[in-house]
Amino acid sequence: MSATTASRDVPGIYHKAGSLRSERRWAMWWAYVSLIVAAIIFLAPPFYMLLTSFKTNAEIADHSLNPWWIRAPTIEHYAAILSNPIFIRFFINSVIVTGCVVVLTMVISVLAAFALARMRFWGSQVLATGVFLTYLVPDTLLFIPLYQIVGGLGLLNSIWGLVLVYPTLTVPFCTWIMIGYFASIPKELDEAALIDGANWMQMLMKIFVPVAMPGIIAATIFAFTVSWAAFVYPTAFVTTAEQMPLTIGVVSQLVRGDTFAWGQIMAGALMAALPPVIIYAFLMDYYIAGLTAGATKG
Amino acid sequence: MAEVSLRRIVKAYEGDVQAVKGINLEIADHEFVVLVGPSGCGKSTTLRMIAGLEEITAGDIAIGGTVVNDIPPRDRDIAMVFQNYALYPHMSVYDNMAFGLTLRKFPKAEIDKRVKEAARILDITPLLERKPKALSGGQRQRVAMGRAIVRDPKVFLFDEPLSNLDAKLRVQMRTEIKKVHQTVNTTTIYVTHDQVEAMTLADRVVVMNHGIIEQVGPPQELYHNPATKFVAGFIGSPAMNFIPARLEETSGALRLMLPDGATLNVPEARVARYRSHAGKPVLFGIRPEHLTDDKPTDKTNPAPLTLTPEVIEPMGMETLAHFRIDGAEVSARLDPATPAAVGQPLRLIAHMDQMHIIDPTNDKVL
Repeated sequence: MSATTASRDVPGIYHKAGSLRSERRWAMWWAYVSLIVAAIIFLAPPFYMLLTSFKTNAEIADHSLNPWWIRAPTIEHYAAILSNPIFIRFFINSVIVTGCVVVLTMVISVLAAFALARMRFWGSQVLATGVFLTYLVPDTLLFIPLYQIVGGLGLLNSIWGLVLVYPTLTVPFCTWIMIGYFASIPKELDEAALIDGANWMQMLMKIFVPVAMPGIIAATIFAFTVSWAAFVYPTAFVTTAEQMPLTIGVVSQLVRGDTFAWGQIMAGALMAALPPVIIYAFLMDYYIAGLTAGATKG
Repeated sequence: MAEVSLRRIVKAYEGDVQAVKGINLEIADHEFVVLVGPSGCGKSTTLRMIAGLEEITAGDIAIGGTVVNDIPPRDRDIAMVFQNYALYPHMSVYDNMAFGLTLRKFPKAEIDKRVKEAARILDITPLLERKPKALSGGQRQRVAMGRAIVRDPKVFLFDEPLSNLDAKLRVQMRTEIKKVHQTVNTTTIYVTHDQVEAMTLADRVVVMNHGIIEQVGPPQELYHNPATKFVAGFIGSPAMNFIPARLEETSGALRLMLPDGATLNVPEARVARYRSHAGKPVLFGIRPEHLTDDKPTDKTNPAPLTLTPEVIEPMGMETLAHFRIDGAEVSARLDPATPAAVGQPLRLIAHMDQMHIIDPTNDKVL
């Protein structure tokens, strides 16, 4: 009797398990479809740029051809850019500006975040919220007053003006990331360090910075990306080619009136995008870990 | 010399909430003192004030004769072991233990000697190169203790160090802590909410409740002579039974009248102590181990009680029986061979020479 009951129940159980499996299969299927569509949407433009950068000027201009195919591949645009000293200048300018901005941002953000997250002082909470609110002010709103400030300091049309201005974009967000990361470090760790004999600076450098390294890397990547890809500020503040970073240098030198040197623009833009891509590829795991730190307990 | 003195220590938070209400405590050099009490009694706050991690609202704390109220933690020459170990996750066990000495610019050879000696005492030498995440809970706790030992401080502070360990490991680590204290003999202040830890480790136990010290004394004294109902109920497991009763005097003898009609004779030696409360309601306090099916230890005062068990808990070496007398829950420790059954009346003996009478108006033990 019981055996009969059991055998009757078994298919039911299997049926339920089967339905779970099929639900999971559908979920996977939809996930893949949406991811593929998203990937196509986001990767089509850079892929189109890549194709265009290997085409001859004649082929680019010929609208009767299939734009997704290269008939006569060439590296002439890359060669032209790499052999032109002004592009090397753009690249060096970008490296100097970005390097300085990243260092400046991280020094300010880490110190500010440590103070706001760990040193209990009057108004620290309000200050922390204030730091984040400044990030919400768009740079298009800031560049006119900043133009006056940078002009007053005599730093217009200079990469040092950009080094001064970019941290207004990077410091608030990086400080916010670091506050979150430092806040997720158990309080007992600083208390143990205090008892072990550390002062605040030693505690920061020997305990917090090493423990918060994923957060610091995430903030560094953010500062790097913002600084490397900035467009509005250099367009407004820099006018001579010698002082231009890559983002506006490529555009200003390769667009002459109505004439667009599309091949070189694409090659230049791709080369400009390469450093962030390389950095993301190597440090992606740290970046995600840093951004999600403190989101869940433990 | 590393005696610790707390003089009228107060800790108040915003809104006039007093976590610690003016406590006084003298801890002798080399002494192992345990602060014990329920959550929120102020024991951890007191320890943190000694460590310098909390500011003192009023009063003085002296370590080795020096008032340390305004001295930062690093200059108090103390070491602390935290509940969650607080090991530096990016450092090896060796570096965790050496960190405090490195900051104090000890010579490398001296650091190495001290770390290895502490590792030997704690039996963690093979773990020195590992990172904390590769250690079990018990091993982490040993490293945390090692970090304290290498410093050779004036005072060790332990803040519920065994709370995160499972029951078996807790017993093992308790023994380890006792052994370490016997070896290094440093003044130790230990905070716990576990009265078993307090009883087994302490030279003296400080029982705290609602920010005040209820009683200070050696474990046996607290067990046998509790000063208040709180201490009587907190020390001992299972907790002491409290049964509402009335003291009656008849021809010079005192008797306890229980609400279920039972009458228990008060031992002659205690009559003088309780006489002033004759005719008044009192609380009759008796530990489960003194309410048994054994022979009474005080032969002159056999005090039989017949109760009906509601729950029987066989523990192996003993059996716990739970009863109810007029709403009050009562437990008794029985011989495991006693044939006790739920609903079947059981004859028990109250060891009246071990009982306590509590004045319900002020909860003091008479």
